[in-house]
Amino acid sequence: MAAQRLPVRKTYKLYIGGKFPRSESGRSYEVFGQDRKKEFLANAAQGSRKDVRDAVKAARSAVSGWAGATAYNRGQVLYRVGEVLEGRREQFISEVAASEGLTRPLATRVVDAAIDRWVWYAGWSDKLAQVLGNLNPVAGPYFDISAPEPTGVVGVLAPQASSLLGLVSVIAPAIVSGNTVVVLTSEDRPLPAISFSEVLATSDVPAGVVNIITGRTAELAPWLASHRDVNAIDLAGAADAADVSWGELEASGADSVKRVVRPAGDGADAIEPDWSVTPDLHRVRAFLETKTVWHPKGR
Amino acid sequence: MSGSVAKSQAREILEVTSPTNSSIRSWLHGLPGVDQVGCEARATGLATRSIKTSSKAWGIDLAISMIDLTTLEGADTPGKVRGLCAKGAAPDPSDPSTPPVAAICVYNDMVEVARAALHGTGIHVAAVATAFPSGRASMTVKLADTSDAVAAGADEVDMVIDRGAFLAGDYRKVFDQIAATKEVCARPGDRPDAHLKVILETGELVTYDNVRRASWLAMLAGADFIKTSTGKIAPAATMPVTLIMLQAVRDWRELTGSMVGVKPAGGIRTSKDALRYLVMVSEIAGDDWLDPQWFRFGASSLLGDLLLQRQKQRLGVYSGADYVTID
Amino acid sequence: MSKFEYAPAPESRAVVDIASSYGLFIGGEFVEPAEGGSFKTLNPATEESLADVSQAGAADVDRAVRAARRAYQRVWGPMSGTERGKYIFRIARIMQERAREFAVLETLDNGKPIKESRDVDIPIAAAHFFYHAGWADKLEYAGFTPAGSAAPKPLGVVGQIIPWNFPLLMLAWKIAPALATGNTVVLKPAETTPLTALLFAQVCQQADLPPGVVNIVTGAGETGRALVEHPDVDKIAFTGSTGVGKGIARSIAGTRKRLSLELGGKAANIVFDDAAMDQAVEGIVNGIFFNQGQVCCAGSRLLVQESVADDVVRRLKRRLQALRVGDPLDKNTDVGAINSAAQLARITELAEVGVAEGATRWSPECTLPKNGFWFAPTVFTGVSQSHRIAQEEIFGPVLSVLTFRTPQEAVAKANNTPYGLSAGIWTEKGSRILWMADQLRAGVVWANTFNRFDPTSPFGGYKESGYGREGGRHGLEAYLRLDSAPSTARSTRTGGSH
Repeated sequence: MAAQRLPVRKTYKLYIGGKFPRSESGRSYEVFGQDRKKEFLANAAQGSRKDVRDAVKAARSAVSGWAGATAYNRGQVLYRVGEVLEGRREQFISEVAASEGLTRPLATRVVDAAIDRWVWYAGWSDKLAQVLGNLNPVAGPYFDISAPEPTGVVGVLAPQASSLLGLVSVIAPAIVSGNTVVVLTSEDRPLPAISFSEVLATSDVPAGVVNIITGRTAELAPWLASHRDVNAIDLAGAADAADVSWGELEASGADSVKRVVRPAGDGADAIEPDWSVTPDLHRVRAFLETKTVWHPKGR
Repeated sequence: MSGSVAKSQAREILEVTSPTNSSIRSWLHGLPGVDQVGCEARATGLATRSIKTSSKAWGIDLAISMIDLTTLEGADTPGKVRGLCAKGAAPDPSDPSTPPVAAICVYNDMVEVARAALHGTGIHVAAVATAFPSGRASMTVKLADTSDAVAAGADEVDMVIDRGAFLAGDYRKVFDQIAATKEVCARPGDRPDAHLKVILETGELVTYDNVRRASWLAMLAGADFIKTSTGKIAPAATMPVTLIMLQAVRDWRELTGSMVGVKPAGGIRTSKDALRYLVMVSEIAGDDWLDPQWFRFGASSLLGDLLLQRQKQRLGVYSGADYVTID
Repeated sequence: MSKFEYAPAPESRAVVDIASSYGLFIGGEFVEPAEGGSFKTLNPATEESLADVSQAGAADVDRAVRAARRAYQRVWGPMSGTERGKYIFRIARIMQERAREFAVLETLDNGKPIKESRDVDIPIAAAHFFYHAGWADKLEYAGFTPAGSAAPKPLGVVGQIIPWNFPLLMLAWKIAPALATGNTVVLKPAETTPLTALLFAQVCQQADLPPGVVNIVTGAGETGRALVEHPDVDKIAFTGSTGVGKGIARSIAGTRKRLSLELGGKAANIVFDDAAMDQAVEGIVNGIFFNQGQVCCAGSRLLVQESVADDVVRRLKRRLQALRVGDPLDKNTDVGAINSAAQLARITELAEVGVAEGATRWSPECTLPKNGFWFAPTVFTGVSQSHRIAQEEIFGPVLSVLTFRTPQEAVAKANNTPYGLSAGIWTEKGSRILWMADQLRAGVVWANTFNRFDPTSPFGGYKESGYGREGGRHGLEAYLRLDSAPSTARSTRTGGSH
């Protein structure tokens, strides 16, 4: 029997401004598989509030380019992400299986759904203005038009359980319209998100459009939610996150009049929804502003 | 101001040794544009001013004194013109305190009739000239037409601009014609020159940008008055058009220090309308223009309604057509 | 010859009967408040007391919410959209019939010129009801739900809090879409301007609107707080200051109450050298002196291209000299009274700050009445972005003039504020308008016009100016239950280390 080859392990880092830095804090934490064996998978970077700050800065500086790109161009770039995802399908199946403790067939279904979800959103880029915009028939000699625009920088608490399908289901609706995002990954299942960032880095998505931070949700989320340069926040990942109160996060965003997508659930309870359900445009609309422009009509 | 003075002023304003079409064009097209909707909204806003009691009585008398009582018909006769002159001098026989009108406006072959009829009243005689109303004649004919009026003793000449030339972009031609007409308005010796009122015929210029440019072009060429319309083309005077012309004379005064008059003509039929125009004169050009020397109404039927309203003010009861003379 | 003096032309007060005191409108009738408190509402132009108005306490708010809940469950919720729409049409028509009454009452209670209440506030308020009435049975066409699905559902009981600057118009912006989408309402008008809301309650009675569908509770901040914090309210819609809006957002955080906010602004009105100058000057005047500048979307920062700044300011000052400040009931009045002593104090203070900061203050000559709350139209020149008068919402007839050199600089300065409600652009160059409109971070961009409002046109802010839109198809969204129902969700989490 030949000697078993020692695999080359991957170092999982953060993804900020198109680069893959370690946490400025120098910290990392152990990530384990979710199957019965709970085997050690990797050390993930344990992001800090300063990493959040840097990510928000990167996201802000990417807004004008990404929002200002043509919708067609954004659609092309996002579809390209789908292509690269497909090429890395096997890698994601293994990672999702390990991270979520799924059987291989189940993990395959999840990864396929994630790729299809991404492509579904990618196709929306150049339809949103038509579907969500209007010419308004005002009572006067004015041309009056309302069209959606991205709100700016969106903070995203990625779902804790669904490490890839859930992740793309919260990133895609935010960026398809031209927002940029700072994503706090699932705390215990961060690895597919970091691999996903490698996909982004190799598929024409401009630096800073998506920024991904791994670490402790309870430590990082308050900094993201209270950051005054973050226009909106998706609290999906507050469900089942240790020591996280989504109400407190929402309240800390109030000072900058943040747009908030609350986690699913009733009352104070937050639950993670079934991400396999086909979405509607709710999450897309949540991160859009409607701009209305008036102009007189005259000779 | 004589025609030659106007020309030298134009050279100064345009900063050229001789006004060319392109120098006039750059100057006119350098004026701020007019937004139709905003301009009309402003005029509508001014029309909501509510004029009551003493201001209204004052406004009615002022409006009467600003009227260029007009007859410009093929069927005009000496009798018709004499009747109009009598009416202009004493608009309301039942009330001698009624002010006379500013001028009687006729074709130039009726100037002598009007002059005789108005002798001693102080009321001016205005003659339309330059192949009124279309202006489609040779310059020789237009100037001869004007000379006739001036020779016959017209105090004021209402000329028409060549709208065709204006719309074709031949601003120099329009300028030259106005300036030449202005020269012909001059009288030798101590006799006062005829005042030149330049009719833009805004109904044919159509856009407000054109109205503004035509106003400035006329002033540049020496107009003493700018006038909206011949009364033969619809629409004649409107509030927004007059608003733009009032802005033009206001801004011209700021530029040159000299005042130019404004005359909306045609389409102003009621006292309410007339008062709205006066409000506009006051708020846009300023109270200096609230004077027959600087603002006129070209109208025929307006006088009747002003008299009815005047009687209502005086008697406190509504009056009727039988109490206002027709002439 | 003397100047053209307009004699006073006051609108008659006789068209409106003001009661000496008003109860709360709950469950279709006027009722006394549980604790019996009341406050006076003043005519800000004279400081005379107009009426005693009930102070709603927490118990009264609770009673109103219960009435709204009952109406929602028993009558308004189950009713077909067609029937609901007919009630709203009725309301619109009655408002039109009683327009003069509403206009005079609004002017008395608010201080705004009668020409504005008559020509803007009341007609547009009625138009809002008319527009939304038609939506009531067409919601499945509004584009919020997939084609072929049933009409989207309402939220339930909506608490609405409105400001004093456009009392009836803001009421219409709030109540019309709420009713059209099938919600019932508890509305709190502003403390200083409750009267037209109470007259609107009578309109609801005349329209035979089912009891409890619209409830009106009068009071100050505490009443509003009780409404926001009431556990059986499904949604809060608020228009007012950014400070209070933030407090509301904080207060409902962690609940399932929805929220829409229409907050403050510090709009830039940007004038380029090629603008249609006479109309631009009108737009500047309308932008800041309409409703005494007490407008969230007021064009309070004039950004003028440096090359024409002197000319624009000169024209502006000349124009302001023709403004008529005085009796709001006079049909010739352009600028009326400030709504309250408190607001006047705030304006006065910020104007003094402007002087202290080194800006140059100018007002046209005008004689202000002795009684009442008055502030002359004021222009500050030589203002910088860092001045407080260029940053803070003054909410009064005070214009700050700043200059810029290039379109980029204009955009940068316009966007350099936490607010993002509105902006104005004046240029005759079409492509520049479209470029500017793209760049400006504001919910409403008026190009070559300003302060236009229409029921079909969505209105609302970016950034700290709030979220949600009012008016148009977009405005319906804030009153519909659209996100996927939580009950269908399930956790896919199969394990975990917590």
